[in-house]
Amino acid sequence: MELRKSYFADVRKDDLHEIGQGRPRLDSPGHVTGKTAFFADRNFPGMLHLKMVRSPHHHARIRSIDTSEAEKHPGVVKVLTARDVPHNVYTILILIQIGPEDETVLADGKVRWKGEAVVAVLAETERAAKEAAAKVKVDYEVLPAVFDMEEALKPGAPIVNEYHGQNYYLYDSGECRKVRFGDVEAGFAGADHVLEQSYQSSPIEHAPTETTGCVVMPEGNDRFTCYTNTQAMFFTLDNTSIILQMPGSKLHFVGGTVGGGFGGKVDVIVEPIAILGAKLTGRPVSFIYSREEEMQISSPRAAEKVVIKDGVMKDGRIIARKVTGYTDAGAYSRHSPYGAQKGAGHYPGPYTIPNVWIDTYCVYTNRTPSSAMRGFGVTIGDFALEVQMDKLARLIGMDPLEFRFINAYRDGDMKAHRQPTEGAALIECMQEASRAANWPVAEKYMAMSSYKKEA
Amino acid sequence: MAKVPVQFTLNGSEKAEFVDSGTTLLNALRDKIGDTSPKGGCQQGTCGACSVIVDGELRLSCLTLAETCNGAAITTTSGLAEGGVLHPLQRAFLDTFATQCGFCTPGMIMAAKVLLDHTPNPSREDVVEALSGNICRCTGYEPIIQAVLTAARANSQSAA
Repeated sequence: MELRKSYFADVRKDDLHEIGQGRPRLDSPGHVTGKTAFFADRNFPGMLHLKMVRSPHHHARIRSIDTSEAEKHPGVVKVLTARDVPHNVYTILILIQIGPEDETVLADGKVRWKGEAVVAVLAETERAAKEAAAKVKVDYEVLPAVFDMEEALKPGAPIVNEYHGQNYYLYDSGECRKVRFGDVEAGFAGADHVLEQSYQSSPIEHAPTETTGCVVMPEGNDRFTCYTNTQAMFFTLDNTSIILQMPGSKLHFVGGTVGGGFGGKVDVIVEPIAILGAKLTGRPVSFIYSREEEMQISSPRAAEKVVIKDGVMKDGRIIARKVTGYTDAGAYSRHSPYGAQKGAGHYPGPYTIPNVWIDTYCVYTNRTPSSAMRGFGVTIGDFALEVQMDKLARLIGMDPLEFRFINAYRDGDMKAHRQPTEGAALIECMQEASRAANWPVAEKYMAMSSYKKEA
Repeated sequence: MAKVPVQFTLNGSEKAEFVDSGTTLLNALRDKIGDTSPKGGCQQGTCGACSVIVDGELRLSCLTLAETCNGAAITTTSGLAEGGVLHPLQRAFLDTFATQCGFCTPGMIMAAKVLLDHTPNPSREDVVEALSGNICRCTGYEPIIQAVLTAARANSQSAA
């Protein structure tokens, strides 16, 4: 790999020598010898296995739950329902004051997505837990469900989540996150061309090789050690503390070894109920998602819809951009209000545009709750933005890479959300890309710089 | 539940246990014998993380009943290093950055070992074929393929 130290030479004081060198990973010796301890490699005598009874319906009222047959099943030690959970209604971002609490650890009166946890069964063996779970009788009254964001936002749509009261997250800015910069309508009026396109994506499952789970050991000192593959250790500890109404000092989380996460293991889903099971039985508890649960139950990347309207001049300048983004949170918030907000800040992309209007909505539907995944909130938006950039370049008959040089943000430019640009390197990246891809651009673009404006 | 005896050698050591009839080799190794190097990624024979070697053949231990392995010689990744010296495959996986999260690694190494045991100088296509039952979600397959080819070269050099 070639390092172009000529870039930013007069503002760089470093002497980089690690990049481009092979460096052994500290955890590799454990991986290649099979000694790395993943959470499921902890096995304790007397360990119970937890299996969930899950909703077969997308949206339903729970009339009654009958666990009597399950409790009689050989090997069953404990059956948990909503009333066993000290603080059953929670939301993970409450730690940073993003409420309201809108999700149940175990369903209470209602289910809002197919696969929602209703009853937890703890048994001596995995098989007994599974067999007993099948004996739990839940009487459902099926309710109308909504799966499409635009349908969910229409008046009269079934309300997915009563804790919100409407099918969108209510920000302090209203029904969506808003960015207003310049006068976008005046920009469109003065543009040579206006192009409006919409883009959408489906949910994407992370599919880690190791499924989500934890193993909990009740310790002699009244503490609980939780071996977990969470990607959000302290988030999980603090939320567990809230859900179980238990001081954090009683919880000892051991983790950091994750068999693939990609954002799929940041929700607080398995630990609170497994620790509760260990507390109420006094026994170690293992709760490990099956592959089917990993694919169907764990949060995917949100489905998104992005509508982009651009005003562009024949000389290549984008003078107005209006973006409406929709993030499908599924039935519960988890990290989606944050993802949709991040999208608002991310648009209009790494381009300097004088007139910008952004609205991003976090929408509730009766789908599997979505959450974090690699760059969530901006990844699908980037796909949409860059496809749009290619379309705009084609519209005005300009090379798509040169078109991006014209609009690239540079140090000192004011971004639409009022943060001045600092440390930009888009121009330099595109110059390298031009060379590496053998996609030549005019010499004036190769002479540009992110931090020095031409005289 | 009725218990059945299972007895085999694991990485050269005699092992004997009583397990529930129908227990998979994966669960017997992990929960009874305490060798957690084979991993349970899907429990349905599709991911390859549980791969072990039974009498020289690659097996998905999540689909193999422990009671069918009586008298067998079983090899797992935890038994490859000899006297603290890494097996060439382990060395190559380390040196070529072929691990990331590490969950698929023991299964990958097992599949690669069976390949090299039968085909000491494999082509790239041979390696791709041999690893086709093992899923990796992190590094991508290229560094893993390169690691196996590197190990094959190291083997043939030390044999020469």
